[in-house]
Amino acid sequence: MLAFILRRLFQSIAVLLTVGLVAFSLFRYVGDPINAMVGQDTSMEEREELRTKLGLNDSPVIQFSRFIYNASRGNFGLSYRTSEPVGRMILERVPATLELSFCAALFALFVGVPMGVYTGLYPRHWTSRLFQAVSLIGISLPTFLIGILLILIFAVSLHWLPSFGRGETVQLGWWTTNFLTLSGLKALILPSITLGLFQLTLLMRLVRSEMLEVMRTDYIKFARARGLTNRAINFGHALKNTLVPVITVAGLQLGALIAFAIVTETVFAWPGVGQLFIQSVQFSDIPVMAAYLLLIGLLFVLINLVVDLLYFAVDPRLRSLGARAAGH
Amino acid sequence: MPTPSNNPPLLEVKHLRVEFPTRHGTLLAVDDVSFDIAPGEVLGVVGESGAGKSLTGNAIIGLLEPPGRIAAGEIRLEGRRIDNLPYEEMRKVRGARIGAIFQDPLTSLNPLYSIGRQLVETIQTHLSLSTAEARKRALDLLKEVGIPGAENRIGHYPHQFSGGMRQRVVIALALCAGPRLIVADEPTTALDVSIQAQIIALLKRLCREHGTAVMLVTHDMGVIAETADRVAVMYAGRIAEIGPVRDVVKHARHPYTKGLMGSIPSLGVRHDKLTQIDGAMPRLTEIPPGCAFNPRCDFRGQRCLNERPELMLAGASRAACWLHDRGGVGAPVSKETVDA
Amino acid sequence: MATDSATKSTSAGWLHRVADSDIWWSFKSSPMTIVAAIATIFIIVVAFLSPVLAPHTPFDPATLSLSDGLKPPVLVSQDGDWTFPLGTDDQGRDVLSSIMYGTRLSLEVGFFSVIVAMLIGISLGLVSGYLGGTVDAVIMRIADVQLTFPAILVALLIDGVVRGIISVQRHDEIALFVIVGAIGLSFWVQYARTVRGSVMVEKNKEYVQAARVIGLSPVLIMVRHVLPNVTGPVLVIATINLGLAIITEATLSFLGVGLPSTEPSLGTLIRLGNEVLQSGDWWITVFPGITLAVLVLAVNLLGDWLRDALNPKLR
Repeated sequence: MLAFILRRLFQSIAVLLTVGLVAFSLFRYVGDPINAMVGQDTSMEEREELRTKLGLNDSPVIQFSRFIYNASRGNFGLSYRTSEPVGRMILERVPATLELSFCAALFALFVGVPMGVYTGLYPRHWTSRLFQAVSLIGISLPTFLIGILLILIFAVSLHWLPSFGRGETVQLGWWTTNFLTLSGLKALILPSITLGLFQLTLLMRLVRSEMLEVMRTDYIKFARARGLTNRAINFGHALKNTLVPVITVAGLQLGALIAFAIVTETVFAWPGVGQLFIQSVQFSDIPVMAAYLLLIGLLFVLINLVVDLLYFAVDPRLRSLGARAAGH
Repeated sequence: MPTPSNNPPLLEVKHLRVEFPTRHGTLLAVDDVSFDIAPGEVLGVVGESGAGKSLTGNAIIGLLEPPGRIAAGEIRLEGRRIDNLPYEEMRKVRGARIGAIFQDPLTSLNPLYSIGRQLVETIQTHLSLSTAEARKRALDLLKEVGIPGAENRIGHYPHQFSGGMRQRVVIALALCAGPRLIVADEPTTALDVSIQAQIIALLKRLCREHGTAVMLVTHDMGVIAETADRVAVMYAGRIAEIGPVRDVVKHARHPYTKGLMGSIPSLGVRHDKLTQIDGAMPRLTEIPPGCAFNPRCDFRGQRCLNERPELMLAGASRAACWLHDRGGVGAPVSKETVDA
Repeated sequence: MATDSATKSTSAGWLHRVADSDIWWSFKSSPMTIVAAIATIFIIVVAFLSPVLAPHTPFDPATLSLSDGLKPPVLVSQDGDWTFPLGTDDQGRDVLSSIMYGTRLSLEVGFFSVIVAMLIGISLGLVSGYLGGTVDAVIMRIADVQLTFPAILVALLIDGVVRGIISVQRHDEIALFVIVGAIGLSFWVQYARTVRGSVMVEKNKEYVQAARVIGLSPVLIMVRHVLPNVTGPVLVIATINLGLAIITEATLSFLGVGLPSTEPSLGTLIRLGNEVLQSGDWWITVFPGITLAVLVLAVNLLGDWLRDALNPKLR
């Protein structure tokens, strides 16, 4: 088991380094950092001087190490667009994105999984077919369209909920939170639903298809042959076996949510990291792009690692891998 | 040795028909099958793949997979009809009165639960025992089926057992609520040959000790010959022959059974050539009128082409063949060469 | 269930086989799929005939007049007229015609990016599987890293990078190619993995070694044997990807980093409409939105059906 953890850690570091390399290449080689920083009439000598001073003439390996070192301390240089330190820009906006993603994840999980279980257990009932149809629509609609639709209905027509922004937030240390004010909570609703809907339908369909598969297995048949109650079969045996593979996907979805927040934040003018990233793409603000890339990479690698470990904890078959199977 | 004629039968199957509606039309997978099983008796049901034996077993335990359904006939357990019971009633019958064992012990057990938990759960579903009592019963069963170190292994998971051990666990699970009848569907096919004999012997012994009857479904005639009291030979969804095992094996009365017996090699007997029955069992959509076996039969006559034979007395067994009817088969009709 | 028809290889026999096959039957018996197929074909035909069918040319500035601007759809208010059945946007561009041209662009990007992804993925998969060793390791590492990120992120990155390299004008001109490339590059991984898996299975079979002995190019032989095997799974991946590709392009355009307003796809149109949404001119966004939704829905339905039909487990 220890070997497994070590191996995964190793892989994670390798992936991180690769991502770092890509981020670094972006940072260093796309466009000219000097050009973005100085005016038109700076002379060639001054530019050369600046280059050396900034260490841009050192060997790539040194530059890369410096980049990684700086990154690990949160120093990503200055934004081409606003000339602010990138690290600080990102830090300000992280709470907004995290809170949004968290709410969306809760929504997707606590609505999607039960719906999936239900449609898996009773696939022919008309309610199941209805859910199926709705889920198909959920998967087909792009996130931004859903957002626009919700805004149209709930904000522009009904005026129940705000159509943009974060509402009032409360500062707790360096974190700003939506959860402590009514307007903050209201502002969270539409964006969370928008962000979470796609994942919800994904989860629902996955749980449903897993459930259907499980209900066809021999051990369920044998359980029925032993006369176990429907409750024991559906919620004891079937559910547990269904949820195990679903854990991985649900975990990975958290990462996807944070990335997809890009779209939702744009639609709702939510001041998060995603909106920052889009702005940076539009303006070709490389330092921000590179920093975002690195951060997201770190996040995903971490999430993957945790999910793998979770899997280990839940499935007894994996725990015995390596241990010799006793018996004759 | 139980004598069927003396005891009221434990299981009665009368004129069972199992159908499958498909887009090609309705397929008849089990066609007018009738037989009895006496208490404590071992009835072997043998036949090729697709002959309908597993479906018969599934129908008896009430686990036919839709769209398959029982179209006609009755199934009675200890005199009480069970084929038309609502799901919840049948559920109580399963496990407590009829048990089942399937082919693959690995997939029959839930990989995420320990075998102890699966045993205790089954016991407590049917018998009102406390958890401690149920656990004790589970342990006793495990010892009975021959799991060494049962106290330690009761908390183990299925993948920690070898194939033979797993099947023993499966047998324990099937027996734990004390059923009167076990439907065993190819219980040894997925096991190593060396283990097969052990498992069969175990099954036989346990059933004898508990007085449990067994319906042993298999395509392996050798297993039947060793274990069963009576045997039913199925062909194309019908019973071709049924009778005491010794009788059917040594004096097969139906031409199909004769062909089957002739194709089994035996040590010590010199065979010039193993008998082979030309042709193949017909697909369910292409069953010929009259006797289903007639295209492949060396003894067929005019009657065989048109009239379907019922099971009729043939020595100590019964066979569905006009050869054993006083009217005979009619004018002989030669076998056309059938494409293999 | 095997088909009962004769297996002659005449063309008439082939047609018979298709007509009698399980796939056709499952198609016929699912009304949703039929509707989806009809909708898709209709949309494709209308979109590609848009130069002929569209009542206006919304992207030729010469034909526009601002006085036509912001007309609502004809059935909703007294202001509208049948020349602009779905209304106009703030520049006087006819919404219906914009949708037709836009759909065509969305479809083009969708299809081509899937093809690009397939080409890249299949070639890399073949190379990786056949050569093995370091080449394989490198390619698979890249694949793993790329898989950590959602496709849209990859596409955004590529687009951002290109933007940094060439000027805005040039970028607009070649936007179509950039988008197709970006989306294609973000979807290749699944194809590569599937093909690689197949290649590795076939590589060790005896006929490959035999071919080597004879002197035939084992690569060619493998291609002839591997490709038929992977057609099924690749098709399945492609159907999932098509819907995703269309959505991804629409999202990119909506975010302002996709197709520009001079050559708008449905996503771009929605973005342009979104800017006036708050003032109540809803039709500029809603109609392209509905079209996009219907298109992707139809494609997904077809994909679902195709997946079920090709799935050997469900036969």
